[in-house]
Amino acid sequence: MSALTFSLKAKLTLRVDCSSLTPDGLQGKTGAEIECIELPMGNANITVAEVFKVKGRDCEQIIFCADSSKLDRIGAGMSGGEIVVEGAAGDYLGLGMTGGVLRVAEDVGIFAACEMRGGELRIDGNAGDFVGGGLPGERRGMFGGIVVINGNAGARAGDQMRRGMVLIGGNAGDYLGSRMSGGTIVVMGKVGANAGFAMKRGTLVLTQLPENLPPTFNDCGVHPLGFLAVLMPVIRRYGAAFLDLKFPSNRAQRWMGDLANIGRGEILLPGRVDPLRLIHPTAPAIF
Amino acid sequence: MIINGSHIDDTFAEAFGMKATRILITAHNLKWAYHSALSLTGFATSVIACGCEAGIERRLDPTETPDGRPGASVLLFAVSTKELAKQLERRVGQCVLTSPTSACFAGIHDGEKLPLGKNLRYFGDGFQIAKLIDGKRYWRVPVMDGEFLCEESTGMTKAVGGGNFLILATDQAAALAASEAAIEAMRKVRNVIMPFPGGVVRSGSKVGSKYKALPASTNDAFCPTIRGITKSELTPDIGAVLEIVIDGLTDADVRDAMIVGIRAACALGAAKGVKRISAGNYGGKLGPFHFHLHNILKAKP
Repeated sequence: MSALTFSLKAKLTLRVDCSSLTPDGLQGKTGAEIECIELPMGNANITVAEVFKVKGRDCEQIIFCADSSKLDRIGAGMSGGEIVVEGAAGDYLGLGMTGGVLRVAEDVGIFAACEMRGGELRIDGNAGDFVGGGLPGERRGMFGGIVVINGNAGARAGDQMRRGMVLIGGNAGDYLGSRMSGGTIVVMGKVGANAGFAMKRGTLVLTQLPENLPPTFNDCGVHPLGFLAVLMPVIRRYGAAFLDLKFPSNRAQRWMGDLANIGRGEILLPGRVDPLRLIHPTAPAIF
Repeated sequence: MIINGSHIDDTFAEAFGMKATRILITAHNLKWAYHSALSLTGFATSVIACGCEAGIERRLDPTETPDGRPGASVLLFAVSTKELAKQLERRVGQCVLTSPTSACFAGIHDGEKLPLGKNLRYFGDGFQIAKLIDGKRYWRVPVMDGEFLCEESTGMTKAVGGGNFLILATDQAAALAASEAAIEAMRKVRNVIMPFPGGVVRSGSKVGSKYKALPASTNDAFCPTIRGITKSELTPDIGAVLEIVIDGLTDADVRDAMIVGIRAACALGAAKGVKRISAGNYGGKLGPFHFHLHNILKAKP
């Protein structure tokens, strides 16, 4: 059976909610039935056939031949199967997904992997703000699964994250891991201001110390951390972007905070950074 | 049946159903992994008074462990799930958590789960951290040399305990040499442990005693010094008897270990004083697993 393919017919002017086009939602439906599904667009509904040209039958493997940042909620709530987006995608990608694999070839909008519970979400481009966060007003963000972003992530990645892993191959914006209460975020590039703001628990694995770390993080020194030996092989599995992340002898510099909260969060760095340099960038290295 | 001049008795070993688990202990080097593993498996020779039977199954190379460090694989056996859980937690808490640089991982991933770090984490006094990596939950407990890394739980399986055979030799030296040869060969068999000191037991027991308080007492039929005054199993040429007890994850594992051990002992043969091989049983009424010596030795050359 060939993959079920949705090819965008024309450029969209309004946002379209694609949350019903998942392996779970389309299970047992015929091609004609799928074409008749109504998708919310703007303040009205539109049928699948009006937006997409539909081909193929395998609901377990869905392909969006579409490059539109107006296609929202792709893969929302999916629990299995595979969705591939051969282009960009809109907001709320993989919202609340619990399983399966969701891949996007280019950039995605805000709130990707929002309230995600399980499965794997891979983004080859950049992701907008609030990756792995919670819906506005909700008190819990991503709760499981893994998100791999080969490009950059916007602000507040991992906001209120509770469990799971977010791997960012590029840079991350401001307030990385804000209000985080568990899980692991890895950033290979630079990190914006106020990383770990109001963080309760959880781990930020960085390659360099953020330029503007909240003063409520304390340096705990460089130590061997056994769990890195278990974690690193898993991270390296997710692509070349993460192969350079190395902790020789599993030693990491550990910062803990946010002490304005319960202070059990941690920022781990492969090398030693002189804490005085954070306060006085011109101070000589004494360590 | 005679192997290399050693007579194999037409009898059987009787074994019992048990509950078992496996844990992997790693450390900075093999020396410290073994310090921890030996401590954990200490005073674990018999469920009669130790709560569990435990032993080091084998050495682990760094490529075989979750954290890439050298380690030891340890098997624990008990008569009930509750007792096994209790012994596991106590022993890991007192012998692995306390041991420098150690970490502890599950060695069985299926079946019912037994707490490993699940409760030990509270030693961290609120500073402990959970990490879910690749579907497995680990606890990181801060200790004075860094962090104690411990998997949350390990799997439990049904197992077989009490497989055994007896080496009847001309004297103590001959019995000991044959036992050592047997144990050395049996240590290469996976999924089994020989829980007694050095893998060998000299105080074989029978069920019951003349003293009401004791459930078991010395197996007088195999004691050479009272040969003349009891219903002895020993002929005049037997001066010492040693027993090897085997616990395994399956009856096939116990059987394989028995075959390897008996053959290694018999390799020394009658010329080196190994006169007979026998086995301990309770008439077949107590244990569901019977290992008939002739049958198992015929089955695998």
